[in-house]
Amino acid sequence: MTGRLAFDVSHLLAGGLVLISFMLLYQNRLYALLNVFALQAVVLALSVAWQAFVQGAPHLYITAAIALFFKAIIIPVSLHRIIARLGIHREVDTVVGIGPTMLAGIALVALSMVVMLRVTSEADSLAREDLAFALSVVLLGLLMMVTRGNAVSQVIGFMSLENGLILAATGAKGMPLVVEISVAFSVLIAFIVIGIFLFRIRERFDTVDLEALDRLRGDQYRGGQ
Amino acid sequence: MNAITVSGVTFLLIIPVMAAAVLAVLPGYRLSASLNIAAAFLTLLAALSLFIWKPATGPYILVDDLNIVFVVLNSFVGFTTSVFSASYIAHELETGRLTPAHLRFYHAMYQVLLFAMNLALVANNIGLMWVAIEMATLTTVIMVGIYRTEAAIEAAWKYFILGSVGIALALFGTILVYMAARPVVGEGQDGMVWTVLIQHVSSFDPALLDLAFVFLLLGYGTKVGLAPLHAWLPDAHAEGPTPISAVLSGLLLNVALYAVLRFKLLLAANPGAIAPGPLMAAMGLASLIFAGFMLYRRHDIKRMFGYSSIEHMGIIVFAFGMGGPLANFAGLLHMTMHSLTKSAIFFTVGHIAQAKGTQTIADIRGLTVTHPMLGWSLVVGVIAIAGMPPFGIFMSEFLVVSSTFVRVPLLAIPLVVGLLVGFGALLLRLQGLAFGEPKGRSAPVQASYLPMAAHLGLVLTAGIYLPPPLVTWFQHVASLLG
Repeated sequence: MTGRLAFDVSHLLAGGLVLISFMLLYQNRLYALLNVFALQAVVLALSVAWQAFVQGAPHLYITAAIALFFKAIIIPVSLHRIIARLGIHREVDTVVGIGPTMLAGIALVALSMVVMLRVTSEADSLAREDLAFALSVVLLGLLMMVTRGNAVSQVIGFMSLENGLILAATGAKGMPLVVEISVAFSVLIAFIVIGIFLFRIRERFDTVDLEALDRLRGDQYRGGQ
Repeated sequence: MNAITVSGVTFLLIIPVMAAAVLAVLPGYRLSASLNIAAAFLTLLAALSLFIWKPATGPYILVDDLNIVFVVLNSFVGFTTSVFSASYIAHELETGRLTPAHLRFYHAMYQVLLFAMNLALVANNIGLMWVAIEMATLTTVIMVGIYRTEAAIEAAWKYFILGSVGIALALFGTILVYMAARPVVGEGQDGMVWTVLIQHVSSFDPALLDLAFVFLLLGYGTKVGLAPLHAWLPDAHAEGPTPISAVLSGLLLNVALYAVLRFKLLLAANPGAIAPGPLMAAMGLASLIFAGFMLYRRHDIKRMFGYSSIEHMGIIVFAFGMGGPLANFAGLLHMTMHSLTKSAIFFTVGHIAQAKGTQTIADIRGLTVTHPMLGWSLVVGVIAIAGMPPFGIFMSEFLVVSSTFVRVPLLAIPLVVGLLVGFGALLLRLQGLAFGEPKGRSAPVQASYLPMAAHLGLVLTAGIYLPPPLVTWFQHVASLLG
């Protein structure tokens, strides 16, 4: 009976993460995007805490706490301030329209279900479905990074991708170094956010539009420096 | 964890960390540059000590015949680059491109980078290896952006985003490997220890391993600079300080490649899993041909050699993908030769860019007239990297091509085409750079010729005469790689 409950709750939370990934895809205001991301971080924290409880692995509570305090509070608040301070466009700049993006997202979720459920047929059902959800979150995060034009929403795409990885790592029962890895990721994300702020991408380029960053790609003739 | 015994590995890891801590607070350029060199030299000694004094394999640390090659190469180029860096950075300080505060930071980061790369190479735990490679990525991102120019920040940002996606995918692959291992080796620590994994890998679920390898190849392949995922590499090479370009090309790409090789070994030991070789060979070949053509329309000299690195990593990955004793031997030799030659070229190019005040190829002409030493070093370096005899790269490329001809003749055709295309591009550019009427500003430059002479001398020696102990060693490692 408790096994059943453990299964259902972690299923619910993992499914919730996928759902919120979809919500991230159709936000068209940056502030709303930040709020939805904070919500995803809260759900991730719940999911990790539940895994910690079910697996009897107290060290996972650290990962849950990192998700809650760092990703649900500190990062959204500081991004909020950065957007206000640097006067970044408040709209999300979409490269591909919302409709096609959502369809692509559905296709990606279907893909990860097909791939993971077939591949992990021998693993226990909790682990395999957790992995399928995690892969969906990862792929949706990638999709968001590809289809969004400005740096802040790309960073949010990356962070939601990383949420999927933490979900996978905590779902893999008894995996060592999960806490270390989540700390390493937090450092990475902190660097990215500090990078946006310190490098003042807004000041350097007129927008945080990554198309402006793509000028290097053409390898144009640049005069002497 | 039992008591940590002191060994060469301890020094290999502790020296850079301590040096980084000291360098971060030490004022004064001269002192810190010398300390940087001294620390890199001690690290090299620690790496060499591994040959005779091999530490026991633990859950976190593994030193076997495969990674000793990488560690020694890493520490050697790390040391020579620190020597080059001292003269390069002195010039940057004079021209005011870097401030003393930046410099403290630069030296500390240089040591952290050496630490992270050595840690990734000696890690027995695939999670630890991942953390170390992430750390190496972060430090290089910071170094690439250190000039704070618009272009440098663009390059650092691009590298940051692509590198982060790469390491995220690699982590997913790592988790999948653990999932595959769990039913067989049990929960906890053991499921991520490489030596345990390789013992039991034959009974892992092959489908899960396949999927894991795809993620790992894409993830670490981004860091190797393989073709569809290479976009960060030329920018990062062009915009950062030149010592970092040398370290990126010569070392960091190898470290990522090493990670791919470790997982290739895992897959190869499982009878049910897909053969990892063809995937790697295809990506390698694609990188080679793509980079060969991209070499033609380059206007920035450092960017051009960045593309050349993609080309050579393509050759190396192709060789390891082909597998077999001969191709693996060629891959190892090519990797060593490429690291030495490419870093020597970046040493030269760094000083050239300082002397001419530009990196634009069109503005650099007739170097052999204005700066004979630099000009001729560049000529020798480019001839070596293009794969002309009597240099070591000629020999390794010859081995790759001939082993391919023997086994899969059809693949040898695109391979040779790719090599020739790259060869043509490099010689075409070299002619303009080194010969002809001198053009543009030309300031005298205080260069240290020792590092490039040492590298090119080694490459030349290897091309003429490979010492038998080295051959036996490489053959042994090649047989380990399957």
